[in-house]
Amino acid sequence: MKKTPRLIGSILALAAVAGAVAVAAIVWRPAIAAIEPPAPQSFDSALIKRGRDLAAIGNCNDCHTVRGAKDFAGGLAVPTPFGTIYSSNITPDAETGIGRWSEAAFRRAMQSGVDREGRHLYPTFPYDHFTNVSDDDNRALYAFLMTRQPVRAQPRENQLSFPFNQRVAVAGWKLLYLRHGTYQPDATKSAEWNRGAYLVEGLAHCGACHTPRNSLGAERTQASFAGGDVDNWHAYAINSQSPAPVPWDADALFQYLRHGWHPDHGVARGPMAEVVSNLSEVPEGDVRAIATYMAGVFGAPTPDAKRRGDDVLAQAKSKEAPQAVAGNTGGAALYAAACASCHGTDRGPPYGGINLALSSAFSGPDARNAANIALAGIRPVAGERSPIMPGFADSMSDEQIAALLDHLRARFGKPAWPNTTDIVRDARRSRTASLQTPPSSDATKRDKP
Amino acid sequence: MMTLQVNGQSHEVDAEPETPLLYVLRDDLKLNAAKFGCGLGQCGACTVIVDGKAVLSCVTPLMLLEGKKVTTLEGLGTTESPAPIQRAFIEEQAAQCGYCIAGMMMRAQALLQRNSKPTDAQIRAELELNLCRCGTHMRILRAVHRAGQLMQTADASPAQRRTP
Repeated sequence: MKKTPRLIGSILALAAVAGAVAVAAIVWRPAIAAIEPPAPQSFDSALIKRGRDLAAIGNCNDCHTVRGAKDFAGGLAVPTPFGTIYSSNITPDAETGIGRWSEAAFRRAMQSGVDREGRHLYPTFPYDHFTNVSDDDNRALYAFLMTRQPVRAQPRENQLSFPFNQRVAVAGWKLLYLRHGTYQPDATKSAEWNRGAYLVEGLAHCGACHTPRNSLGAERTQASFAGGDVDNWHAYAINSQSPAPVPWDADALFQYLRHGWHPDHGVARGPMAEVVSNLSEVPEGDVRAIATYMAGVFGAPTPDAKRRGDDVLAQAKSKEAPQAVAGNTGGAALYAAACASCHGTDRGPPYGGINLALSSAFSGPDARNAANIALAGIRPVAGERSPIMPGFADSMSDEQIAALLDHLRARFGKPAWPNTTDIVRDARRSRTASLQTPPSSDATKRDKP
Repeated sequence: MMTLQVNGQSHEVDAEPETPLLYVLRDDLKLNAAKFGCGLGQCGACTVIVDGKAVLSCVTPLMLLEGKKVTTLEGLGTTESPAPIQRAFIEEQAAQCGYCIAGMMMRAQALLQRNSKPTDAQIRAELELNLCRCGTHMRILRAVHRAGQLMQTADASPAQRRTP
């Protein structure tokens, strides 16, 4: 009996050691030796070109470039529920970028979210998707990034609340949510579908915006592509719950992703604008593959949804005057006076806007996207063919815009949004950045080898 | 009938509430500085100032102007006594055909009222929505800088003395 306390003590000690080892195994990652920054000439030009296309599919520039600043130099503030994270400098600068990273260090960052020094990276960097990227593709991405102009720029420190400011916490997050594994092709599907699946679930990380997240910021895998909120925009559901008045199919998706708009769906704006801009210059086959895979995720429309879509299209193409909606004469009058000259015609962009009966903005779950666009309009993009719409922030009050949006919502037969005025007010307040004119210069253009 | 405040004066306007402000300015009030370019809010030739902000008058119906103050280029200065922005555009010879220039001046005026020392980048960004097909952009840039300086010096006094 005397020995019992000692035995318990030993067991506890052993357990503590085992626990410490286990924690260390979860948390601790070794540094990977720094290298001399490789000479750009040491990379094969075809590999660099492939890396460029892959980086565009991965939308790397969107987070790693501050608009108007140097390409890939990082520093973009990414707001999260846990605080603000600043994107890192992924130019090959030796001191502030990834110049001293070997390809192995780059690959580890992509596959498991650990930087060269062994620190856990926050999952704002979507390695939960990038873990699927093949070694070959990582080699190409590495070649592309290591041949960019090095920029000396130290991004600001993240501003996170406790305990999220402890990188140890990220190790726990990974234990819960990071599933390693390269893409396993589905032999029952076409090569194109498999290529699309590999890109969508991996490098293109579509779910990062379009899948809702749980309280710890992880994608809810049970609700894949069911729609999410990002940067004060709503990323629509892109599965069977899609609010699109006309059901999407592979051809429409291809046209939209490749050219940034579709006559039955409208234009891609908000954070999606950068995505379609990138996809306009990658190999066409990859965009087709993404469209093919996503068409499967949307699923074939039910006969009911198909009929409703046909009805909406027929209505949009007829020249009938819009029916008035009782109780909101202000909104109807505003639409007739300020919007119909573009949206009530069947002219295509840039001389006309989409018939709003076709727009997901009015069939979506809230008024956010419609409010953003009504306030700020759609600004032209320097050097690109892009849609354009004047904003009405300076000529309409929040109440007037809300009346207008409520009118359109009702006109297209949807139940009223409960809080349109609040959403417009919030959109005006929080989107001040987009209401101001963004700087436009050659520096905002993407780097092209 | 609706009362419209333009350049410090009240006008009784007999027009439907959905009539674009531009039509009333040009057709009823004979204020022809604001131009009809595209009619779609895409070119900026119709820009006027409403309560301090640059607004596209071709897509701004009268119903939005209840109780608001509209300023057109005519309200800034005259041929005899040009406003700083007008002097600056003349001195820099910033107009070629001139069709876009009234809109350019109004948007630049609204910018300078908020920020009298804008940077090149700020001016370019602000005027991005105003199109000029002649290509006097560099002169327009210089003119906006010059106008900002004029507004801060005694040189601006003649135009400032003028009461609308």
